[in-house]
Amino acid sequence: MTFLGQFALWAALLLGCWGAVIGFSGRWRSRPDLALTVTRSVHAVLLALAVASIALWKGLLAHDFNIQYVWAYTSRNLPTPYVVAAFWAGQKGSLLFWAAVLALFASLAQFLTSRRHAPLLPYVAAVTQSVVVFFVGVMLFSGENPFGRLDFTPPDGRGLNPQLQNVGMVIHPPMLYLGYISITIPFAFAIAALLARRLDTGWLHAIRKWTLVSWLFLSIGITLGMWWAYVELGWGGYWGWDPVENASLLPWLTMTAFLHSVMIQEKRGMLKRWNLGLIVGTFLLSIFGTFITRSGVIASVHSFTQSSVGYFFLGFLVVCGAAAFTLLYTRWSALAADVQLESMLSREAAFLFNNLILVGIAFSVLWGTLFPILSELVQGDKITVGPPFFNRVNIPLGLLLLALTGIGPLIAWRKASRANLRRQFTAPLSAGLLTALALIAAGMRNWYALVALAIAGFVAGTITQEFWRGTRARGRMHGEAWPVAFGRLVARNRRRYGGYLVHAGILIYFVAFTGMAFKRERAATLTPGQSIELASPYGHTYRFTHLGVSQYKDLNRFVTAATVRVERDGAPLGVMTSEKRQHFTIQGTEEVSSFEPSTEVAIRSDLREDLFIVFTGVIGGTEEADYRFTINPLVWWVWFGGVVLVAGGLVTMWPGGAPLGAPRRAQAGYGVSLVGVGDER
Amino acid sequence: MSADPRSRRAFLGGCAALVAAAAARRLPAQAPVPDSLSGRGTTGSLGSPSMAGRPRDRSTSVDNDAEIQAIEKRLRCTCGCTLDVYTCRTTDFSCTYSPELHKEVLALRADGLDGDAIVAEFVRKYGEQARMAPPAEGFNLAGYLLPGVVVTGLGGTLLWVLGRRRERVATGAPAAAAAVRATPEELAELERALAEDEAR
Repeated sequence: MTFLGQFALWAALLLGCWGAVIGFSGRWRSRPDLALTVTRSVHAVLLALAVASIALWKGLLAHDFNIQYVWAYTSRNLPTPYVVAAFWAGQKGSLLFWAAVLALFASLAQFLTSRRHAPLLPYVAAVTQSVVVFFVGVMLFSGENPFGRLDFTPPDGRGLNPQLQNVGMVIHPPMLYLGYISITIPFAFAIAALLARRLDTGWLHAIRKWTLVSWLFLSIGITLGMWWAYVELGWGGYWGWDPVENASLLPWLTMTAFLHSVMIQEKRGMLKRWNLGLIVGTFLLSIFGTFITRSGVIASVHSFTQSSVGYFFLGFLVVCGAAAFTLLYTRWSALAADVQLESMLSREAAFLFNNLILVGIAFSVLWGTLFPILSELVQGDKITVGPPFFNRVNIPLGLLLLALTGIGPLIAWRKASRANLRRQFTAPLSAGLLTALALIAAGMRNWYALVALAIAGFVAGTITQEFWRGTRARGRMHGEAWPVAFGRLVARNRRRYGGYLVHAGILIYFVAFTGMAFKRERAATLTPGQSIELASPYGHTYRFTHLGVSQYKDLNRFVTAATVRVERDGAPLGVMTSEKRQHFTIQGTEEVSSFEPSTEVAIRSDLREDLFIVFTGVIGGTEEADYRFTINPLVWWVWFGGVVLVAGGLVTMWPGGAPLGAPRRAQAGYGVSLVGVGDER
Repeated sequence: MSADPRSRRAFLGGCAALVAAAAARRLPAQAPVPDSLSGRGTTGSLGSPSMAGRPRDRSTSVDNDAEIQAIEKRLRCTCGCTLDVYTCRTTDFSCTYSPELHKEVLALRADGLDGDAIVAEFVRKYGEQARMAPPAEGFNLAGYLLPGVVVTGLGGTLLWVLGRRRERVATGAPAAAAAVRATPEELAELERALAEDEAR
């Protein structure tokens, strides 16, 4: 199978080169048969990479430890789901995964794109093929070939890192990869539009679904990554501003900015250059993230093994950036706005400022991530830029962004009148003010949290008002009952109300993040039967009683489990168990420990707070156990916010919705001045 | 063969005593996981202590001292994990560096040094990298200020450019607006549709 895999990689490389060269040459414009070969080369590359992927999976599932990658990331006693997930657990496999999924997306883009955009498709194929060729080339020429063989066949593999043996790691990396990878398709359409000089809104319509898909996968991937960090790493948090975490946030921020600014281009014909810049920037940031993860140039707990492969990505990043921005520069004059902004008090202006803040946050995250390198170059000193820096710089920007989430939908397009502003802002501002007063009355004195929650109250007021007014207007106009009116309102305006759901998800995230300001924790060493108490920020008293420690063997690990009885205000809540796991592999007939012992935290989650117990170890080989008890308020809402965000994204991108002609009517409404017959100027 | 009534009574009595003892004992809501390895006796010693991770020291009150924790959150662990000392020592139980750094912090605190002095001592010993974030001074100030300066600068530029353009738009005829022929009824219908769209 490795021979087949190798052959498939070479076939993909050659076919990809053919598609890229012919696609970029433009000779297909006078030769329809060449255009057809470019398109078909995309499907052929997909076939080749599917064969390579199947070959690798076959090697993994057959425990062919002669393949270096299979030996390095699996073992005979590794549960099958993790054997399957080992495909993307290491550098080499993840490169193949990336190339194969990109080939799939490229093929789908050719297959699903409307024939209206046919003149762009060979260029789109050329761009996607170039990126695929790059990834396959990295595998074949930089020593990262997943089909590389060992000189001998070991009896068992090294096994998978215990921290990756978690369901979150089965789903989270592919989701994030899907997000990163799918960004290539909008980028390819943007480059195609520039090359073909078709710079109307056509290419935007072609990529609309792709940008949403990519944003959705990135959102899911980031949220699952937070969840994995929370349940698996055991530090009691979900976001640590690690460079690799930052790398996933960067394209999400710029893609979010694009999803807002593209509306201005669609409705008003403005921001064409900016939107192209955002798409190019988002793609470059996705490659930058890959560079960070794989080069080892910046220390991160999530990085792959340090290798020279990162510098291939750096080179690719520079080439792509130079080519894309040069192309953008040469088409600059053709990208002038159709109309100018009429008022600073307009939704367009609010969206501009929203873009400014989103890109500003992206810049500050990028700046903070790269600052250690810069500082070393300038000062000669290695420095660390950790959470204190990012929190200090980004929290004010984040609160500003949250406020704009509430302001944007309240302001009319083109120009808002004073009456319109009064009518729109009264209820949301009151909601924000009442939230602040209620929290002060309840005794909250953490001013950062207070401001965040007051702004959240304002945004909640905005979203509620939008749904309320829309439902009421529809109910009155069509004589529909409220639930029917609400359902049809959302169904007919999926983009708008799906967007509000996304805003609700963001709002819930912010509220949940605020909860961490009230975290409580305590370390304690307990003998069986001994208890400690910990007060929650809600005023409850939790009592934790150590019941004992037991040891047993389970699947591919020895487990040492410490059990705690939990009571809240004297009422029993149940028993929680945190574990130490020592994984092992079989060497001949012996079980040999692999990796350092890992820790499984015990989590009890409810709407108000999480109990988070970490069994840190035993004292002197006895049942006397050391624990860290943590109360994390509002964590459940982080995951719920993620669900709402994704649900909103799905509503937005669901096919159908707006009645035929509605967008045209809306667009026309902004482009004409209303004059009666006989009074033309 | 007949059973001895005394032994039957003793057997039944024993059973009753066992049931009573079991009932008197308050059971946890969920029984602990079963123990399948030998060696765990009534003394509470583990059968395989080496499988329970690195041996730990007992937590003491200083481990819960908020001031100590705050200091340790400003210091980076030197094991290469990128975490602060507090997070590393309470998360990565295979790390041998963070417990030692914790002891160093406690010793310096016991010598009467405050948070800033302890951080300064760590910087002297381990270099600038010992801090979790650079101090806001000298070149590092650029690190803190640049994002704010960029956002404010771009925002200001945006306001200025848009303000100028708006002036131009106000003085000239609206370039994009095109007159359409329509009856008053059609115009009223269009206004109504736009108002409806706006309301939604």
